[in-house]
Amino acid sequence: MPAVEVRDLVKTFAATRALDGATWSADSGRVTAVLGPNGAGKSTTIECLQGLQRPDSGSVRVLGADPWGADAEHRARVGLMLQDGGLPSMVKPPALLRHLAGLYADPLPPETLLSRLGIDGFAGTIVRRLSGGQRQRVALAAALIGRPEVVFLDEPTAGMDPHTRLEVWDIVREQADAGVAVVLATHSFEEADRVADDVVIMSHGRVRTAGPRASVEGGETLEQVYFRLTSGGAR
Amino acid sequence: MLRNGEQVLVAVILPAMAMIGLTLAGVPDLGARRIDVVVPGVLALAVASTAFTSQAIATAFDRRNGVLRLLGTTPLGRDGLLGGKIIATAAVLTVHLVVLSVLGVALGWRPEASGVIPALIGILLGAISFVCLAMLVAGRLRAEAVLAVANLLWVVFLGLGLLLPTSTAPAGVGAVARLLPSGALGDAMRAALIHGTWPIREWSILLAWAVVSGVLATRIFRWSD
Repeated sequence: MPAVEVRDLVKTFAATRALDGATWSADSGRVTAVLGPNGAGKSTTIECLQGLQRPDSGSVRVLGADPWGADAEHRARVGLMLQDGGLPSMVKPPALLRHLAGLYADPLPPETLLSRLGIDGFAGTIVRRLSGGQRQRVALAAALIGRPEVVFLDEPTAGMDPHTRLEVWDIVREQADAGVAVVLATHSFEEADRVADDVVIMSHGRVRTAGPRASVEGGETLEQVYFRLTSGGAR
Repeated sequence: MLRNGEQVLVAVILPAMAMIGLTLAGVPDLGARRIDVVVPGVLALAVASTAFTSQAIATAFDRRNGVLRLLGTTPLGRDGLLGGKIIATAAVLTVHLVVLSVLGVALGWRPEASGVIPALIGILLGAISFVCLAMLVAGRLRAEAVLAVANLLWVVFLGLGLLLPTSTAPAGVGAVARLLPSGALGDAMRAALIHGTWPIREWSILLAWAVVSGVLATRIFRWSD
């Protein structure tokens, strides 16, 4: 059974059909990159998979459960890094991570993540005063602190400097190697090229192609496939 | 909260200044023992500050920053978040009320002993209805708009019955104020702590506000912008 399953997913906001029958899945121990231009439906998909949005039709399953209204036990097994961070603004990162760690039965030690992600370098600065890339690092730590079995990362390296991006990609790889299902939404095919085992390419709320990276590429580069399938995809 | 200077200002310093100022001043005429009329009103003002203004602003900014979304996906969840906010509000409010009561006693306040229990009931009902109103204001508007509206309404509530008896206001204004949560809470606190009575009418008004704004808030509340 795949760790994450999306079937015929449809979600409409007012006049916009954000998702128009998307179907794909992601397995444990692999990094699945969901690629697509802005407005392709990536973030909406992740929100449905987190139980933050309720699908109009179709279904989503995470670890075999419906995330809409899932219980605390299910939420503890799933980590999330939101595109806009979702961090309270007046708190210092170590205090925030310790607080979040307290919500889980068996969290990672916050100190490990603080040093691994270089957060200890700006530990005394409140979240509101951090740069975009620094905030992203705190958000990633927040997603991983509960030792999730599935983790959703929405544009994880946007705004990060090159060194931090490499470190984040290493961490993503380690998570997958440890058996975690990593789902990574991005519009950077460079990022997908670096870390993805499986690729899902979306545009206009539909899946254009999905599968192991080699079969998606089929002799072309990921960049070529991406542009061919999403041309005119930007709204 | 203590890290947020302006919230301490609204919730403790301004009510304390109102208490001292109104006690020392000669107007308006509040009857024999001014302090006994002033302190219950100041306590009512502190309830509105903590339960309404502070909660509305904090919730609106958490909403805009996506904090509510993120915490909703942790094991804490939405129910846990609500429970935590209730406990936090109650704890902070308790501290404020104790500080202001001590200050009042130091200034010569002698509350009616038999009024303590109805005063606590009034505080509870007042806090609930003001939190419901806060969620109604914070649930849909932009964070900056909530900031403005919550502070503006604090001033309006202050003038309409929280601080001074609605009977001291001009007749028409007083009649409106008595139907607002501000007038109902202020008058309920004064009835309890000055005369030791059980102000059923004011409590009913508070309860009605709590139910109406609570139901409306659950309808329109958005967890993120």
